[in-house]
Amino acid sequence: MNSIIELSIMQVGAAYIFSLIVLIIVKVRGISREKEIIVSTIRMTLQLIFTGYVLVYIFENMNPWITVLVILAMELFAIQNIYKRTKGELSKKMKTIIAGSMAAGTLVSLIFFLFIVIKISPWYNPRYFIPIAGMLIGNSMTGISLGVDRLVDGMKSKKHMVESSLMLGATPKIASKEIVDNAFDSAILPTINSMVGMGIVFLPGMMTGQILSGTSPVTAIEYQIAIMMGILGSVSLTVILFVQLGYRTFFNSEDQLILDDE
Amino acid sequence: MFSFENVKYKNILNIENLHIEKNKVTCIVGESGSGKTTLLKLFNKLISPDSGIIKYMDKYMKEVDSVELRREVVMLPQSPAIYEGTVKENLLIGLKFSEKKDVVDDNNLKEILKEVNLNKELDEDAEKISGGEQQRLALGRIILLDPNVYLLDEPSSALDEETEHLVIEKMVEHVRKTNKTLIMVTHTKRIAEEFGDNIIEVKKGKILYQGGIANE
Repeated sequence: MNSIIELSIMQVGAAYIFSLIVLIIVKVRGISREKEIIVSTIRMTLQLIFTGYVLVYIFENMNPWITVLVILAMELFAIQNIYKRTKGELSKKMKTIIAGSMAAGTLVSLIFFLFIVIKISPWYNPRYFIPIAGMLIGNSMTGISLGVDRLVDGMKSKKHMVESSLMLGATPKIASKEIVDNAFDSAILPTINSMVGMGIVFLPGMMTGQILSGTSPVTAIEYQIAIMMGILGSVSLTVILFVQLGYRTFFNSEDQLILDDE
Repeated sequence: MFSFENVKYKNILNIENLHIEKNKVTCIVGESGSGKTTLLKLFNKLISPDSGIIKYMDKYMKEVDSVELRREVVMLPQSPAIYEGTVKENLLIGLKFSEKKDVVDDNNLKEILKEVNLNKELDEDAEKISGGEQQRLALGRIILLDPNVYLLDEPSSALDEETEHLVIEKMVEHVRKTNKTLIMVTHTKRIAEEFGDNIIEVKKGKILYQGGIANE
């Protein structure tokens, strides 16, 4: 197996040519995006350098506390990101449910994946723990964000339908079933779609990385298949927890629709 | 059947006293914006008052389970929801929602369509029929549920005068025949006077008048 070509600083520097090309294009065409391109290029560079050194430190000083701390930080960051990404204000109850679903859904999947599928050793091995947690948490974050938007939108735009169903003697669960199902569906659709194109339309990042670093494509594929199953499980678990608990926040204990705009 | 005592709901309703009799047709009249629809929603606990006491069959409304109540006291809103699917599916959806296991065959359903004067086939797309037809379809849907109390919010607002008269006449006839209670919001005083046993007049959230028909 060929070992990886180490990149020198000059080689990495040469890659910045691409950023420069984009800069020239927007400048010539008068598209005012120069600032964003420069800022995003610098941010990406600094963040990755920082993360690189942090990971080197963590891998060299394996410690269960550090691993746990990193996972916690990732969860918190992801939850904060979901709050920021959703349109409109979220109720306090809704925020709690989002945080709870994220934590429960991703951690259960992560534990299953690391200890039963891959069987890592020691249990806190950061080389496996951190990147895999990142993939599960990241994808679940995207899924739940979509789910939140669809659920809130659906409850608002179909309020009339929900109320009509209540009038016919439906429980809140039955009255909001269609909206809940829709939210779940649109949350897991991107994951399903990416599975469909995988290996033919594009090579997934993790697999590409492993192949570049000299791992046999067969091993890389095994990992990729396993991680895709893990992602699908984590996204589904997180989102189903969220929608099942989330719809209830639109009803009170008397099974009445909470109308905030009246 | 229902009694209200010092019931307040936001700035919309302020009712000192109100009684609805069992097995009677009660019509609620009043200008638009007077709180008629809000009043109707208090009967099936779609909303709860901020203060005051409502009783249903001598039980405190607060202690009655909302979903159970709504299966006995069924409301037809002014613009009822039509669900994706056929006329037949729309008729049956109420039974599904209220988890009733009644066996209903197509002949029963056709009878109901006749009852609400709706000349449509069971397999027609319910979303493609006119507004007035959808209103009658929704009316048929709640008749199928056979509730103790019907709450109708302007059941004929999308109908022409002739159809309106016919549909309400049949509805009232059905209610009397089956010994049920009907509470109906209507914008036409004429309808209230012709079919109501009792009339409630609402103005700016207060009860202006309740009792029998004045000119009877």
